[in-house]
Amino acid sequence: MNLMNNSDILFLFMAAPFISAAILILVGDRKPAPEINIAGSAATFAAGVALAIEYCAKGPMMNFGHLFFVDALNIYLAVLTSFVAMTTAVFSRKYMRQEREHGRVGHAAMRYYHVMYQMFIFSMILALMSNNIGILWIATELATLATVLLVSLYRTPTAIEAAWKYFILCGVGIAIALFGTVLVYFAAEKVLGEGGEAMLWTNLNMVSGKLEPTILSLAFVFLMVGYGTKVGLVPLHNWLPDAHSEGPTPISALLSGLLLNIALYSLVRCKALVDGSTHTDFAGSMMMAFGIMSILVAGFSILRQKDIKRMFAYSSIEHMGIATFGFGLGGPLGTFAALLHLLVHSLTKSAVFYTAGHAALMHGTQEMDKIRGLFKGNPLVGWSLMLGVMALAGMPPFGIFTTEFLILTATIQQAPLWAPFLLIGLAVAFAGLIRVVQPMVSGEVPDYQKPVAAAHLPVLVHLAIVLIIGLYIPDFLNQWFNTAVEMLK
Amino acid sequence: MEFTIDTASHVINFLAALLLLTSFAMLAQRKIYGLIHLFVWQGIFLAANTAFVGFMADKSHLFISAILTVGLKVFLLPYIFYKLIHLLDIRKEVENVVNISTLMFIGIGLVIFSYYLTSPVRELSTLMTRPTLAIALASVLIGLLMIITRKNAVTQVIGFLAMENGLFFAATSATYGMPLVVELGVALDILIAALIFGIFFFHINTTFDSLSVDQMARLKEDEPDE
Repeated sequence: MNLMNNSDILFLFMAAPFISAAILILVGDRKPAPEINIAGSAATFAAGVALAIEYCAKGPMMNFGHLFFVDALNIYLAVLTSFVAMTTAVFSRKYMRQEREHGRVGHAAMRYYHVMYQMFIFSMILALMSNNIGILWIATELATLATVLLVSLYRTPTAIEAAWKYFILCGVGIAIALFGTVLVYFAAEKVLGEGGEAMLWTNLNMVSGKLEPTILSLAFVFLMVGYGTKVGLVPLHNWLPDAHSEGPTPISALLSGLLLNIALYSLVRCKALVDGSTHTDFAGSMMMAFGIMSILVAGFSILRQKDIKRMFAYSSIEHMGIATFGFGLGGPLGTFAALLHLLVHSLTKSAVFYTAGHAALMHGTQEMDKIRGLFKGNPLVGWSLMLGVMALAGMPPFGIFTTEFLILTATIQQAPLWAPFLLIGLAVAFAGLIRVVQPMVSGEVPDYQKPVAAAHLPVLVHLAIVLIIGLYIPDFLNQWFNTAVEMLK
Repeated sequence: MEFTIDTASHVINFLAALLLLTSFAMLAQRKIYGLIHLFVWQGIFLAANTAFVGFMADKSHLFISAILTVGLKVFLLPYIFYKLIHLLDIRKEVENVVNISTLMFIGIGLVIFSYYLTSPVRELSTLMTRPTLAIALASVLIGLLMIITRKNAVTQVIGFLAMENGLFFAATSATYGMPLVVELGVALDILIAALIFGIFFFHINTTFDSLSVDQMARLKEDEPDE
């Protein structure tokens, strides 16, 4: 006897973060708040895994009157999102406690932090599971709103400036995406009739061939600019380095590792829809152009950074550029690699942010010139940073090497003219990252270095998964990706 | 009252023109109080248009959307703004806006651009509201222009909300409004955004001693090497 059907599991999956947020409002800044945060995130992850198992057994499904759906593309991102949210909660427990002791965050701010942490997870899961393009938009905006005041949590002038920029630029971007959504609805309404049914992905994809190509092309321009702003694609990326470097480190990890994925997910679904209507590579070429520009600009920007979190923020732009480029390239190989890239980048980038946070706590600064002697000071932090940056730069045998290699191969096969640019971007970013990590980890321990209560487990688990994926891709993942590739064709 | 389709589209075009007019007026308005008044008028025109289209096309959900617009954009948000302006004591603040005439020309350019951009939609649409989509897009873009050119946090927010007005107008023009659940969700987002904006004004004001975002220039890429 099955006690729960899939609607119940999906409901639990979305309710868990919401209920956790409600509990955390009551708990406030009391001692068990971080533990409740972890428990809530773990419950969300458990529900996500249960949903994935359901999906494996029964295939795609729709719930709650077609309002939500589960397919290969969103279930994979949903499990990833809830997993990273859980490990980040583990990391955040010790990290935020130390920030609290250092007096960087106050009593009220801690309550706000935990509540919004869960609301942020909730909005991301809502965005992923929603079958309605309008609700997807609402949830994406909600995710921005939940994180804006987290970015300015420390109330320093730079943090407030970063949050304001984030708020205004992403607000404008997402408003433009809404105009694109209206245009999609306009085209869909002609075929599917008025009402909510014409905004469902499942319906839209079925009739994509009948949608008016000129309208959808126009809509895609708006969607690309709108969601592209949230992905952090050059030249719409101005907010990203600020927001990712000024906020608390757990939030940097979530923004870089998860929120960018959600924005790109929206864009990829839109692209599949537009492709189905226009039958040209219009959307794909646009994504490739934005992608390559991001890789190049971010690659060269990495070279100039002095702040460790800022540097990794630029690296996020670079990696999002790679994934966008891969999706734009299309084809089985490009799409497969881009999907895998989202996974390995999320895990690596959040792991690297955790260690960067530890290193910054030890030295009381995020300036890379001042971070020295990690191997001697705290070998585990030193090695995590070293290996994490190596993985991030794309060294074998880590997973990012695999995906970058696959995307490069696909480029040479399908669009050889783009290959040199891609290669230059990757090489510059590689050099930029490797160059700065060596002085940080080696050398003597400076006298201002302090011990840190580090949460090593999340870092090690993430890096281990990235390593395993670099060596061998599990069957179920392979299957999901192939189904998703088939859907996005 | 009986309206022929012809008179109806005249009324709709007239309301759209008023909406665009308020957009331009906002672009040129330097006083914060004046801006809020213009924002209220824009909300009234938007709601009137939504309700009228709802009446003509017999779409009841547009009435709900119109009521939401009135509640949110004519009463609640302006009220919050008034309160904040009094609390922060910036009633008399006048902003330096350079080159208003240039801004006007750019605005006119945006209107023409919008007409050009939305021409495929006009050709395909059969709705009586179809000519107004260009105006909706133009007010979105003029709101964007306002955010770019203004340096005061409150003005930027009003520009942002003017953009949202344009978007609601676009939804009414193109498709007689989006499904209710979506419109409600968007309205909720705007409400939350407005609350966060309010909190932000205080943070900015206490940290920088003014609401000018000009001083926010610490996070620049090309810092000279020390």
